[in-house]
Amino acid sequence: MTGPGPILTLRDLAITFDTPDGDVEAVTGVDLDVFANENVAVVGESGSGKSQIMMAAMGLLAVNGRATGSVRYRGTELLGMAPRALNRIRGAKIAMIFQEPMTSLDPLYPIGRQIAEPLMVHSRLSPRAARKRVLELLDLVQLPDAARRLGAYPHELSGGQRQRVMIAMALANEPDILIADEPTTALDVTIQAEILALLARLKARLGMAILFITHDLKIVEAIADRVVVMRAGAVVEAGPTQRIFASPRADYTRMLLAAEPTGTKAPPPAEAETLLTARDVGVTYRSGGGLLGRSAHTIEAVKSVDLDLKRGQTLGIVGESGSGKSTLGRALVGLGHADGAIRFRGATINALSPRALRPFRRDLQMVFQDPYGSLSPRMTVGEIVTEGLLVHERGLSARERGRRADEALAEVGLEARIKNRFPHEFSGGQRQRIAIARALILKPEIIVLDEPTSALDSSVQKQIIALLRAVQAEHQLAYVFISHDLAVVRALADTVMVMKAGEVVEAGPTEAIYGAPKTAYTRRLIAAAFDLGSVLTGAAEPA
Amino acid sequence: MTDAALPTAPAVAGRSLWATALRRLMRNRAAMVSLVVLALYTLAGIVGPMVWPHDYATVYSNYVKVPASLTPYPRANTIVPGAERALARARVEVDTVDVAGETVTLGLTASREIDPRITRYLDRSDLFSNARIVETGDDGRSAVMEADIARLTFVFGTDSNGRDLAARILVSIRISLMIGALATGVALIIGVLYGATAGFLGGRIDGVMMRIVDVLYSLPFIFFVILLVVFFGRNVVLMFIAVGAVEWLDMARIVRGQTLSLRRREFVRAAEGLGVGPAAILRRHIIPNVLGPVIIFMTLLVPKVILLESFLSFLGLGVQEPLTSLGVLISEGARNMRNAPSMLIFPSLALTILLFALNFLGDGLRDALDPKDR
Repeated sequence: MTGPGPILTLRDLAITFDTPDGDVEAVTGVDLDVFANENVAVVGESGSGKSQIMMAAMGLLAVNGRATGSVRYRGTELLGMAPRALNRIRGAKIAMIFQEPMTSLDPLYPIGRQIAEPLMVHSRLSPRAARKRVLELLDLVQLPDAARRLGAYPHELSGGQRQRVMIAMALANEPDILIADEPTTALDVTIQAEILALLARLKARLGMAILFITHDLKIVEAIADRVVVMRAGAVVEAGPTQRIFASPRADYTRMLLAAEPTGTKAPPPAEAETLLTARDVGVTYRSGGGLLGRSAHTIEAVKSVDLDLKRGQTLGIVGESGSGKSTLGRALVGLGHADGAIRFRGATINALSPRALRPFRRDLQMVFQDPYGSLSPRMTVGEIVTEGLLVHERGLSARERGRRADEALAEVGLEARIKNRFPHEFSGGQRQRIAIARALILKPEIIVLDEPTSALDSSVQKQIIALLRAVQAEHQLAYVFISHDLAVVRALADTVMVMKAGEVVEAGPTEAIYGAPKTAYTRRLIAAAFDLGSVLTGAAEPA
Repeated sequence: MTDAALPTAPAVAGRSLWATALRRLMRNRAAMVSLVVLALYTLAGIVGPMVWPHDYATVYSNYVKVPASLTPYPRANTIVPGAERALARARVEVDTVDVAGETVTLGLTASREIDPRITRYLDRSDLFSNARIVETGDDGRSAVMEADIARLTFVFGTDSNGRDLAARILVSIRISLMIGALATGVALIIGVLYGATAGFLGGRIDGVMMRIVDVLYSLPFIFFVILLVVFFGRNVVLMFIAVGAVEWLDMARIVRGQTLSLRRREFVRAAEGLGVGPAAILRRHIIPNVLGPVIIFMTLLVPKVILLESFLSFLGLGVQEPLTSLGVLISEGARNMRNAPSMLIFPSLALTILLFALNFLGDGLRDALDPKDR
């Protein structure tokens, strides 16, 4: 903590949103100081208001939001400042990077121009000088092959590269403070480690402060100097990182720290019957080609995968995004076309017509990643949960279906009286419970869980894992658990498959894979997931 | 966070997205005013022609192109010449004309005996009613005739045939709204079913279905209408079919686009995973979710159709006399702009207010149903 005083000061900041149901207080009385060359992390679960305080500071609140209190940058009050004056500070002295780099970049302009434009406008650089500066910036954020990428469009870059471009844009005017709002949440764990290392290096080199907003305590532990824990719009606890992690004072902080999934799963008995076998399964996408033309090119999303699934077993599938794990999961329950042979109860399900496949569907259920997208927004919870019964148990009366829905909802820990409400009235965790109830009501044998916890807060994630365990034990279900989160997979799966670019690079019992990974890829995944701190220090040194 | 613990209040009924949208709409003043205006228009279109004192087809030949006025006709200075003109062909001399209140008293002489049926000459005029002979001279060659003055009010004036403009506007609102609603309905049903099917089935079927739409798009609309008129004559029902048969193309494209993006949503995948058939997925998952944009498009389609009908009627391809539509009235008004401006002003005002109301309501609905707010 160097320098005479804080660069950014928040005092008694409160944010209210004006909604059709009356005012909603999103943030109440937050105090926060950021000093030069300091990395402050604001931690909280979704809805804690952690992003809103930064939006208020930058004057970017939604139109129905009001901020009161005080936000001062080096003594200048930012709240209520005229937009023109505010523009001289935001973007120049306080820069921001967001979670989703694809939506923050304009898809119609090459990245070189996007970075150069503000330089030419604000700093009045000539096109040549701007180009030179852009190259410097891209080198600074270590975008490989920067000179050739100046003309590249955002969609031609990977997620990590796009986030590097965003950081370069933020650094263009040499800000004092970089506000990073969940900058790595949309990225793979290995890419996340690279971006975090880059930020740490930039902070050391440029001497700027970083205000890091995240829900991920592992990141906080690895990079932050100071932590502010927020809950429901208020600061619960604040202090140096080591102190918070070693001796948290607030119950809420303790709960967050304990939210890491624990325990392991015992393998099913050896005599358990094998439910599902897959041999040489491949999935190929064809794209392009018009009405009359042939398909222009093909993408092999999954190549020659073998697997066996026993009753009561949990198979974890891990890998980076684009490794084909979700595609494989969908193929296993008969969603989408697959080559090879997927056998369930003696039938090769991937060769059946949709009609012939229908009776098997009740035993092969799926729970999706996004609990906001997987529930039809215009249907009530009761209709959503009982939809499968309309297909597989046609004879049931409405009253009988209602009773079954009550049972299924009770099983996932929800009350029966929510049946007439709509999905948007529930939190993410509750929606995921509804999605699980929809699968359970058919009494399936196998459930494919496609990242069922990655859209959820860590404490809710823990509850969902507990629920999944309890349901599995009760019904002797077999799970295929797809996740990029290796910690969750270790807690839930007894067998693990590691996928990369559509192929299985490694498979075996969980303890064997985690204890002694055979490939460098797996080792990298495990290091990024469990030992972020040392990955970052290791990465920071050579620079 | 204990996410499983729901609020303990017995909240049974949920608030659907539709209910939320309705609440947002209610807060939009322009949209609510438009809704009231539209309700009044609908009411005027349905019951207006029935209760209005004048029939839209009645010709008042004495009142051709009279200006709009709240005071009833005939004016005092037209009564005497009116009476004289009415009796001009009756071969009688009008000696005295006295106007007293609501009656006119005429002193008549003639070279021959006055036929009592002479009263018909007065009755035939729109200015007088209930003409009677109160006194006949001894020789029968003179008489005193009385008649009530028929007080007629034309609030919007009359048209070039002497028909009450207000009555004609009321009936044209009926026709315009009917065409708007029916053509939009046709476009809605065909467009939603076609678009949702194409978008949901996807692939080659989608390609073929949308190319058919493209082919239909390339037909010139006016040519299509003229062709229909040539084959089937002028017919309002045909107009509905022609307009609806063209407008569903836009609807189909919008619905298809929405369906394509919905089809990739996980709740549709989830339904497929449950084994729900394609027809049920369309009915339960796709169509309810495309209704938002469809409703918005519909409120904007109605004014478009009304304008299109006005345009066709303006060209003379629309509805047939004595029925009329706003477009026909405006077309006639434009022709008589100089000597009877009210014939242009009032139908134009009626159309403008209707279009404003529909567009404001469409805007309000778009804001209310905008998914970004969710």
